Amino acid sequence: MHIPDGYLSPQTAVPLLVAMVPLWSAAVKKVKEKLKKRDVPVLSIGAAFSFAIMMFNLPIPGGSSAHAVGAVLLAILLGPWAACLGVSVALIIQALVFGDGGILAIGANCFNMGFVMPMVGYCVYKIAKGSADDLSGRALLAAAIAGYIGLNAAALVTALEFGAQYHLFQAADGTPLYFMYPIKVTVAAMMSEHLLLAGPVEALVTALGLRFVGSTYPNLLSVGKPLNSYSNRSEVANHV
Amino acid sequence: MFKNYRNLWLALGALIILSPLGLIASGTAFGEWGVDQLEEEVGFIPAGLERMAALWTHAPLADYGIAGFNASFIQAAAGYILSALVGVALVAGIIAIFSKIVKE
Repeated sequence: MHIPDGYLSPQTAVPLLVAMVPLWSAAVKKVKEKLKKRDVPVLSIGAAFSFAIMMFNLPIPGGSSAHAVGAVLLAILLGPWAACLGVSVALIIQALVFGDGGILAIGANCFNMGFVMPMVGYCVYKIAKGSADDLSGRALLAAAIAGYIGLNAAALVTALEFGAQYHLFQAADGTPLYFMYPIKVTVAAMMSEHLLLAGPVEALVTALGLRFVGSTYPNLLSVGKPLNSYSNRSEVANHV
Repeated sequence: MFKNYRNLWLALGALIILSPLGLIASGTAFGEWGVDQLEEEVGFIPAGLERMAALWTHAPLADYGIAGFNASFIQAAAGYILSALVGVALVAGIIAIFSKIVKE
């Protein structure tokens, strides 16, 4: 899902980069308010986890590949804005150091995987979990569904960005200038891969990741929540 | 930074060691073909795409590997693990440093 340079017109890539600036600054503000100093290592680890999980390419029949992102797990544990920052840092390093995803396309990639995915996933998790306890069967199922829908939302937005290029930007002779397939092709290709393969893997990563982190460090389950509703926060201090 | 969440760091270390599993999928993701692959994948190279494709050619560990060191799976796996290690250290380190700057 890492869009390389040249696949999006500058008229698409630049506005998305500009759009990320206020989103990043809102994210920094939110994270400063909500994240306690001792939780910063968790954001470090979470972002590094997102970086690493994206290296696990899944083979797609027909010679393609896809991967999970981990953004919804970060959103559930640390809040969607912290996830936005963490995944964005991972994506920027991937572009600069590993040539994975374009430089001008950093805005688009951060918007798709660093903004749409954690926001959608977080909302789905909140709705599906309802008032169930953290780490209950229902909460883990909600996390799985949220991971699945979050990744597919990002894939759909990416497919629409790709496909829009074909319809909007063509040379005088009618050949596409940037992405070369129409929307119905990009949506069919991106969604079949992510609905059938990468989505279920993201669902597993999100639910198992939540269970692993939540059962190993129960204090982390209250990071994104208001302090007064969680009296166990004081036990946390002892634990840490 | 390391003492409070030892198990999470260990899990991250396990992911780094297992990362070469990601090399098994040899196909390129939809919409991530390199310019050299486009010719066979699509049949032509769009003019605008060709102009912008080489915007950044300074990636030190391009494609998560060491340049010229991918003759065998073992070499590719070594480059991949090194890439995972460098990437994890950079990402975690940048957030740790950034958080110090922002807090002040």
